[in-house]
Amino acid sequence: MGGTEAIILTIITASTPLLLAAIGELVTERSGVLNLGVEGMMVMGAVCGFGAAYTTGSPYLGILAGIAGGMFMAFMFAVMTQTLATNQVATGLALTLLGLGLSGLIGESFVGLPGAKLEQISIPFLSTIPFIGPILFGQDILVYISIALVFATTYVLFKTRVGLIIRSVGDNHNSAHALGYNVIAVRYACILFGGACSGLSGAYLSLAYTPQWIENMTAGRGWIALALVVFSTWLPKRLAIGAYLFGAVWIMGLYVQAQGFGIPSQFLSSLPYLVTIIALVIISGNKTLTRVNTPACIGQTFVPDR
Amino acid sequence: MKKWLGFAAAIALSLAIVPTVIGSASAADKLKVGFIYVGPVGDHGWTYQHDQGRLAVENKFGDQVETTFVEKVAEGPDAERAIERLARKGAKLIFTTSFGYMEPTLKVASRFPDVKFEHATGYKQADNVATYSSRFYEGRYIIGQIAAKMSKTGVAGYIGSFPIPEVVRGINAFMLGAQSVNPDFKLKIVWVNSWFDPGKEADAAKVLIGQGADIISQHTDSTAPLQIAGENGVYAFGQASDMIAFAPKTQLTSIVDDWSSYYITRTQAVIDGTWKSGDTWGGIKDLMVGMAPYTNMPADVKAEAEATTAKIVSGEFHPFQGPITKQDGSVAAKEGETVAIGDMLGMNWYVKGIDDQLPN
Amino acid sequence: MKLVLDKRSEHSELMTLMSPVLAIVLTVITGAIIFAVQGLNPFSALFVYFVEPLTSLWSIEEVLVKAAPLILIGAGLSVCYMANVWNIGAEGQLTMGALAGSFVPIVFSSWQSPLTLVVMLIMGALGGAAFAAIPAFLKNRFNANEILTSLMLVYIAQLILDWVVRGPWRDPKGFNFPQSISFEGWQLMPTLGEGRVHIGIILAVIAVVILTILMSRTLKGFEILVIGNAPRAGRFAGFSRKKIVWFTLLLSGGLAGLAGIGEVAGPSGQLQTAISPGYGFTAIIVAFLGRLNPIGVLFAGVMLAITYIGGEAAQIDLGVSDKTAQVFQGVLLFFILACDTLILYRIKLLASKIKPQQHVAAE
Repeated sequence: MGGTEAIILTIITASTPLLLAAIGELVTERSGVLNLGVEGMMVMGAVCGFGAAYTTGSPYLGILAGIAGGMFMAFMFAVMTQTLATNQVATGLALTLLGLGLSGLIGESFVGLPGAKLEQISIPFLSTIPFIGPILFGQDILVYISIALVFATTYVLFKTRVGLIIRSVGDNHNSAHALGYNVIAVRYACILFGGACSGLSGAYLSLAYTPQWIENMTAGRGWIALALVVFSTWLPKRLAIGAYLFGAVWIMGLYVQAQGFGIPSQFLSSLPYLVTIIALVIISGNKTLTRVNTPACIGQTFVPDR
Repeated sequence: MKKWLGFAAAIALSLAIVPTVIGSASAADKLKVGFIYVGPVGDHGWTYQHDQGRLAVENKFGDQVETTFVEKVAEGPDAERAIERLARKGAKLIFTTSFGYMEPTLKVASRFPDVKFEHATGYKQADNVATYSSRFYEGRYIIGQIAAKMSKTGVAGYIGSFPIPEVVRGINAFMLGAQSVNPDFKLKIVWVNSWFDPGKEADAAKVLIGQGADIISQHTDSTAPLQIAGENGVYAFGQASDMIAFAPKTQLTSIVDDWSSYYITRTQAVIDGTWKSGDTWGGIKDLMVGMAPYTNMPADVKAEAEATTAKIVSGEFHPFQGPITKQDGSVAAKEGETVAIGDMLGMNWYVKGIDDQLPN
Repeated sequence: MKLVLDKRSEHSELMTLMSPVLAIVLTVITGAIIFAVQGLNPFSALFVYFVEPLTSLWSIEEVLVKAAPLILIGAGLSVCYMANVWNIGAEGQLTMGALAGSFVPIVFSSWQSPLTLVVMLIMGALGGAAFAAIPAFLKNRFNANEILTSLMLVYIAQLILDWVVRGPWRDPKGFNFPQSISFEGWQLMPTLGEGRVHIGIILAVIAVVILTILMSRTLKGFEILVIGNAPRAGRFAGFSRKKIVWFTLLLSGGLAGLAGIGEVAGPSGQLQTAISPGYGFTAIIVAFLGRLNPIGVLFAGVMLAITYIGGEAAQIDLGVSDKTAQVFQGVLLFFILACDTLILYRIKLLASKIKPQQHVAAE
């Protein structure tokens, strides 16, 4: 395994959980809902995923359990913000608190146990191509899913009627309602999708990235995912670029350190955040593009008039 | 409706219990021992080991003691309150187990002169505040030796948390151990700026392996780096507890923080009324630093590791005994001397042979 | 059956008073169940949580110590959010305020006069405001979303603090451990009474009063409300959105910075790598619990502080784990938020038959 190849593989592993969680949040936000509870949903996905994989021995059941864990949290968020019309920002933050606490309770007996690692799926022949093979065709299933999700959400959001409905609900819930769409139902679905993706992302952490359960193992990745959605100006493909850019700068910081140039590690650690801000500034220069893609109703509560 | 009735009955029942619970809370003859933890008990690292020490105290003294702990206490303004609350609740012996609790511990101690305080890894004592720490560097020297014997590339990767003296001392001891076997041994160091971020620690391990390190050593708390090393078939060392389950084929050994003997001794001292303030810096000899079984290595390497361990225990050998040259070429200790105690405590220099530059 | 919300024509006065009560009743019931499941006596547990923090002078003081920064930051954020400016980086502004304010006692360590503290507080506020100026500038000049920029700057601020405390500003006699020298005399916030309550809580109350007047009695407050609620109307009225972005971010950043130096010169007494247990983030919840009203923030700050202190007490008195405390706090917040709905809406249960009719009418 060559050095460059190893680094690219590391970048992919570091970026995938960010991408998975962010793609779900992107869809949620496209429907006009801001769910700041990504971290809480992720960590629940991680503990449920690990627990199921550990007890059954099957990482794939773990993935399903992770999705379920994330969706369970998302469902609570949906009931609160959609049915009971609570403030989305505060509810999302409360969801994070709840998720971190609940996952700790559930996971108490899993601490210190090595889990079953999600194996890589090597596509025959293709994965044996030097260099490109292991990178493109030797990943685990969640990496493939994350890439597929980027294309699938792009397609659904911009080429299908469902996507049109989601976007219209996010852009103007009053007129969407007037047109006869059930705004609340659409938002429920999008929130649940977001939860499923966050759960997947958490499961990736506890099944593939570091196959074990440790309290608070998400370590703030949910917040990065949230920021990446804003960075992407709500476009899935740009989101993928953002996630990989962040992962790349992150890993390169470690790489440069290992070379021993004596650059303060705090500076290298802050680079991914700096680069993201700078990239956002450059992107945001194009005001029309940003405005067209920003869901206008984001964060606003909708209660149908009758 | 029936459910509600049942619930009301349950409430009534528990109401009846309340006074007795509150009344019985003052069983005065037990010694209350309190612990303040910086991480979650479930970190399987630093805090986990301290909690093992607490459990050992409970096991040893049974009904004579009552232990309580507060976990995830942030170093900073919250710490003082948590410590004071333990003191107010009648704890007579309080262990504060992170460096950042130093000033809060001293402040609370000045208000509770009859309570004994024990602060881990600090350097300021008072009449009722003792400090304690472990000579983890003894273990680091041994694993450095093993690393140099086991490495084919002659390059080890070292994952550091923060460049504080404790960690720098560990790096130097590791390098001195390695140099005793292979004078040209190389060390690649990555600081992750966190004690506990499994993902980032794993990334660091992967980067180091990708750069040719065939031994991974860590001074961070999670099991992630060891696990990554295991997956890649790279030898590695555990941290804080025996982590063999996470890399059964590649963990060589692990430096085990063992606080139980110290906690039991100090609790006994309070019970006997013989507690005195002071500074304890215990090593392998004092059972405060343990070495997990030497595994996955040839018999001769194991024998040598055991021989070094024995020499350290007998006092025949000290990892920081001269001659030791600093990175900048100046002398840290001459032949026949060991590095001065102040220099040990505040260590902010690398030994010669480390290519990395210490921040600042 | 279907649950629907019916908007009230005006705020329900009754519900405004009843909603917190209802929320607490619901939390008490849920909490009792949570504790019972853990094998604890629900009543003593709830007592420890809600009542005990208020039974001794010491713990009331501790509640105030904890509430002061939450109120200071939350009040600033409430104005910010009123204007639809989403500053979620108060934690970073707090950190930079602490750094800027600490410049005085660390660099001019022998300067001792009442003015020392005044200068420290001003520097703290300026440091926080300056750091909040970055997202404000990027927003106005480049249209960069402040949610992302302010959040990313939190991490950067913490790394800067880390570097400074481990490097240039570390205590030269501190064996190279990451902490500054200890502050003394006028470098510390004067305390009120025996305990740790310091003048930060007074500053917080003053801030609440000023912001209440600002929002209800001044043109600036009106501008903020208009820009926040009806940007188009604001533009027609000639109000500048950009100026409001500057004003609210600098204000909330300044208050967060003040809270930061208050923590360092108050309970901490020195600069360390860890100066805040996430006050900047918790204050976001405080701002919303207080319904974005400075006076509401005052109560919300105290209430959240009580649950923190209660959670800690529960760990010690009952052996409840920190995780249970966290779950309980999350549940409490959920109920408070849900019950607030009752102020604005009536909840009705509709038979599901009506649903198709609605659809026909809508289409």
